[in-house]
Amino acid sequence: MRLADHWLFSYQALVRHRLRSLMILIAIAMGVSSVLLLTSIGEGARLFIEQEFSALGTKMLVVLPGKKETTGGSPPIYGTSPRDLTIEDAQALKRISTISHVAPIIAGTASVSNLAVSRDIIIIGTNRDMFSVRNLKLQQGKMLPHSSETRANQVCVLGAKLAKELFQNSSPIGQWLRIGEYRYRVIGLLEQRGESLGLDLRDMAIIPVRSAQMLFNSPALYRILLQLKQTEFESNTIKSVNNNVAKRHDGEADITIVSQDSMISAFNKILIGVTASIGAIAAISLVVAGILIMNVSYIAVSQRQQEIGLLKSLGASAKEVHRIFIISSVVLTSFGTFAGLLFSYFLVFIVQYNFPDIPIAIPWWSTLAAILMAFILAILFSWLPANKAASTDPILALRGEQ
Amino acid sequence: MIKQSNVKNNIIQINQVNKTYLVGEQPLHALKDIQLSITQGEYISLMGPSGSGKSTLLNMIGLLDRPDSGEYKLLNQHTESLTEEQRAILRREHIGFVFQAFHLIPRLTASENVELPLMLSGISPKIRREKAKKILTELGLEQHLNQLPRQLSGGQLQRVGIARALITEPKILLADEPTGNLDQTSGQEVTDILERYNDTGITLIVVTHDQRLGNRAKRKLSMLDGEIIKDTCSVPSSFDKKNSNETC
Repeated sequence: MRLADHWLFSYQALVRHRLRSLMILIAIAMGVSSVLLLTSIGEGARLFIEQEFSALGTKMLVVLPGKKETTGGSPPIYGTSPRDLTIEDAQALKRISTISHVAPIIAGTASVSNLAVSRDIIIIGTNRDMFSVRNLKLQQGKMLPHSSETRANQVCVLGAKLAKELFQNSSPIGQWLRIGEYRYRVIGLLEQRGESLGLDLRDMAIIPVRSAQMLFNSPALYRILLQLKQTEFESNTIKSVNNNVAKRHDGEADITIVSQDSMISAFNKILIGVTASIGAIAAISLVVAGILIMNVSYIAVSQRQQEIGLLKSLGASAKEVHRIFIISSVVLTSFGTFAGLLFSYFLVFIVQYNFPDIPIAIPWWSTLAAILMAFILAILFSWLPANKAASTDPILALRGEQ
Repeated sequence: MIKQSNVKNNIIQINQVNKTYLVGEQPLHALKDIQLSITQGEYISLMGPSGSGKSTLLNMIGLLDRPDSGEYKLLNQHTESLTEEQRAILRREHIGFVFQAFHLIPRLTASENVELPLMLSGISPKIRREKAKKILTELGLEQHLNQLPRQLSGGQLQRVGIARALITEPKILLADEPTGNLDQTSGQEVTDILERYNDTGITLIVVTHDQRLGNRAKRKLSMLDGEIIKDTCSVPSSFDKKNSNETC
């Protein structure tokens, strides 16, 4: 049989059995797109976190109270220590020559109210350095005063979402509001920005660190953010910070220093895990689609059993019967896979176009895996029933008996 | 000398062929020591009750089945040791099948169905379309070349089936109950066509239940329980006397 005739025969079998072909095609396309879309969501999450880290700049260190062994594994976010980190500790770190900015942070929740509107939110107590370390921008007003570490000024900077909720459309600058027991005057409004390192800055109020000490009635810092003058100073600086804290804490450096690189690599590990498990879900969906393909093609081949008997009695060898069915399957799988790819990439494009904030992307490896698995499964599950039919006695096959 | 030349002329030579099937636990002896020679151009009917082995014998002759023991020579060629591939080639070059249920592929037009054996042998589309048109015209179907099987009547379907069997210009035409699904008139038509081609020299073997159809054959084989119990020749006046003596 000529190759062109093989294609013609397959083409006729597909086009003139429209419903059957369409069903198999949809099964394959759905399988391929489920793999691509699921992995693209995982990949999107990974890209999103990567983006957030790079927005921070690479010159940041985070000092956490308490010491933990960090030999591999994810970074300890909370340490425990009998000795708290204090504002004075933070001030002492300023003397290290390789550090450009030091931002002590006290965090806690408190209710914020303006007239009848009240919200429970996270309050960040910090100083002016925080704005350069975390790269915070104001859309209105000014930053915290220079005296944040010394005086408990009753002023605050609001996140965009919070300001909108408390003051609707009127400008919050200069307005008074109540945080916990105290009254604060709004001096600044943050720019609209997404989530950052798990802190939703849109829904937060920033006050001077001394005021926060007063508000929460505790001198303990939640953490200290350090910005280096240059990235290369990192290991030296870590040593200096440890020495400095040890001097102040009876010879014990009971802190944990997390560099951004170690955080990124730890997060990457988690994210690779996330992506891999999403890939596994995708693989399962492809297997499910494969079983669907198997069933549909099994029924299709059973329907064509008489045809196989006929082809054999007309002089087709078992090999040719195999070839006919595998070519049909290849044609159908190609179209199905192509449709699935087209659909997925189109959908992802639509999302990217309409929501540029969502970093969704189809990774190349999942495209490859989806194509390979679709072809392998479709061909295998067409070959098996075709093989069975081809080895059946043609006269029995012609009578439609097994 | 006569006997030797006779063997040489035999298009089909079956010696001591046995075939056993397992039906459940019971072995079914479908063919028992079958001995049969057929010469070119014969018109044979194969009759017997169901389960008598006539379909098995037809499959054996059509190279769709292999004997358990014994030998089967087709055109003086031993077939027992051939590969499946070689048997397929032999089948499509020398044997045409006509089925009771027609077995046309429903999605293909009359012409495409007839072209199918040539397609399997790798003949170019242009040549096979011409051949199909020619043979379908011979059988009075020139109006129906591009119609699908569901648009044709039973008699027309069987004529398409016969056209498909004949397009490779086979030496042997095997018909399994060719009129079984047809009414009287169409059946008569189909029988006439088959006999017309037999007159041009094709060996025709018809399996049938129909006594009237069976009796039209010049040589009648009756089977029972896997054995040929009767092999008779009716010798019409026009039949070559000498030839008939040699074969029957």
